[in-house]
Amino acid sequence: MINVQNLYKKFGSNLVLNDISATIKSGEVVSIIGPSGSGKSTLLRCLNLLEQPTSGTVLINGVDLSAKGANIDRSRQQIGMVFQHFHLFPHLTVLQNLTYAPIKVKGLKRAEANEQAKGLLAKVGLSDKAAAYPSSLSGGQKQRVAIARALAMEPELLLFDEPTSALDPEMVKEVLDVMKDLAKSGMTMVVVTHEMGFAREVADRVIFLDHGTLVEEGSPADFFDNPKTERARDFLEKVL
Amino acid sequence: MNLDFSQIVPYIPFMLKGIWTTIQFVIVSIIVGSILGTVLALFKIGTVKPLRWFADAYTSIFRGTPLILQLMIIYYSVPQLTGYDIEAFTSAVLAFGLNSSAYISEIIRAGIQAVDKGQMEAAQALGIPYRAMMKDIILPQALKNILPALMNEFITLTKESAIVSTIGYLDLMRRAQVVGSDLFRNFEPLLFVGFIYWCMVMVLTVIGRMIERRLKLSD
Ligand SMILES: Nc1ncnc2c1ncn2[C@@H]1O[C@H](COP(=O)(O)OP(=O)(O)OP(=O)(O)O)[C@@H](O)[C@H]1O
Ligand SMILES: [Mg+2]
Repeated sequence: MINVQNLYKKFGSNLVLNDISATIKSGEVVSIIGPSGSGKSTLLRCLNLLEQPTSGTVLINGVDLSAKGANIDRSRQQIGMVFQHFHLFPHLTVLQNLTYAPIKVKGLKRAEANEQAKGLLAKVGLSDKAAAYPSSLSGGQKQRVAIARALAMEPELLLFDEPTSALDPEMVKEVLDVMKDLAKSGMTMVVVTHEMGFAREVADRVIFLDHGTLVEEGSPADFFDNPKTERARDFLEKVL
Repeated sequence: MNLDFSQIVPYIPFMLKGIWTTIQFVIVSIIVGSILGTVLALFKIGTVKPLRWFADAYTSIFRGTPLILQLMIIYYSVPQLTGYDIEAFTSAVLAFGLNSSAYISEIIRAGIQAVDKGQMEAAQALGIPYRAMMKDIILPQALKNILPALMNEFITLTKESAIVSTIGYLDLMRRAQVVGSDLFRNFEPLLFVGFIYWCMVMVLTVIGRMIERRLKLSD
C-alpha cells in the first residue's frame, strides 16, 4: 500500500529525516513513536506530500507521489489526514465540513453527500451536531468531526498526527475509541502518538524514530517488552 | 470675522452636483482598485516567481511616490506620448485605481496570510484543488481580516479624491474653488464642501462599523 524508499528530508541544512525506508500493508495499523523533534510529523507529512521530500520516493499503491507531474490532489483523495489541532473549517457547519470535499472533489450529489455525512456523524457519536459550527464543540468533539471529515472522502489510508495531544485528558478516550473502531474495521492507519497504551493495544507494528533515523521497528509486544536498541530503551524508560 | 453664507445659496445646487461627480469617480476607482488589488495579492502569495516580483515592484512604486505625481504623469504624459487627449475622469480613475490597487493588494495579502496555515493544509490533505480552496475555504475566512482595513482604504480614497481638482475635474473640491473665485470669497464654499466630505466619510464609517459588528456576530 505505502512504500517509502530512502527518504531524506532537509530543512535548510538541518537533516530531519535520514534515509527512511518502510512499508505499510493494507489494513495495517502502524504507530510512529519517538522523542520530540525526531521527525515523526515530518515523516507523516511526507506521506501525503504536505512536505516535499528532499530525496527518496513515496509510493502509494505503486504510484510515485513525489514524481514530477504526479497528480497530487488525486492521490491525496485516497489519503485522509487528522491533525493535532483539528483544522476544521470554522465558517462551515459540521455537516458542510463533511460534505464540502466529497461534493467539490468527488462530484457527489448534495443529497448523497448529506446522507453519507449523517452516517459518519452517527458513527462518531455526533448526530446531533450536524448543524453546529466547530467553535461550539469541545476539543474531543472537534477531533471526532475531523476524523469523520477525513472518512467522508472514503480514503484507503488515514494519517493521524498526535490526534489526542491537544485534548483535555477526559476527552482523550472518546477519540481513541473512535480510532480503535476504525482499526477494527480494517482501515489502514499510520498514527503518530504519545499514547503508548494505544500503540501497544491497537497497533500491529511500531516504528521508533530518533534524530530522523528509523532506529527500530517491530510488533508492539516485542518493542515495548524487549527493545533491541539502547536508544529505544532510553526512550521507553522516560515515557512509560 | 464676517462669515456670510447667504451669498453661496445660489451656488448650492452647483456644488451639490459635485457629490455625484465625486462619488462616481470614487466608486469606479474602488472597483478598478479592488479587482487589480485582488489579482496582485494572488500574485504575491502564489508560487510563480516573476509574478511575485512584478507585484512587489508594482506595490513599491505606487506606494513610494506621491499620488498627485502619479495623477499628473498619467494626465500629461498620455497625450504627449500617444497624441490622444485623455479625459480628466479617465486619468483620475486610472491614477486612483492603480494607486489604491497597490494598497488593497497589501491588505488582501495580509488578510490571507493571517488565516491559519492549518486551513490550507487541511484543504490540501482532502485533495481540494487550489482555486476551490482559495475561493471557498481561505478567502471567506480572510474577509474577516480584510473588510475593516478595506473600509479604511475606501475612506482614505474618498478624501484624497479632492486631488483630482488639480487636473480640472469638476468634483466637489473643484466646484468650491470655482464658486470661491466667482464670489471672491473662498472660506464659505470651502467650509460647505468640507462638511459634505465629512458627511460622506461618516456614512462610510457607519457602514464599516456595521460590517464589523456582523462579522463579530458570526464568530
Ligand atoms: N517547516 C519547518 N521548517 C524548518 N524546520 C522544521 C520544519 N518543520 C519541522 N522542522 C524541524 O524538523 C525537526 C523535526 O520536526 P518534527 O515536527 O517532524 O518532529 P516531531 O517528531 O513531530 O516532534 P514533536 O513530537 O514535537 O511533534 C525539528 O527539529 C523541527 O524543528
Ligand atoms: Mg510532531
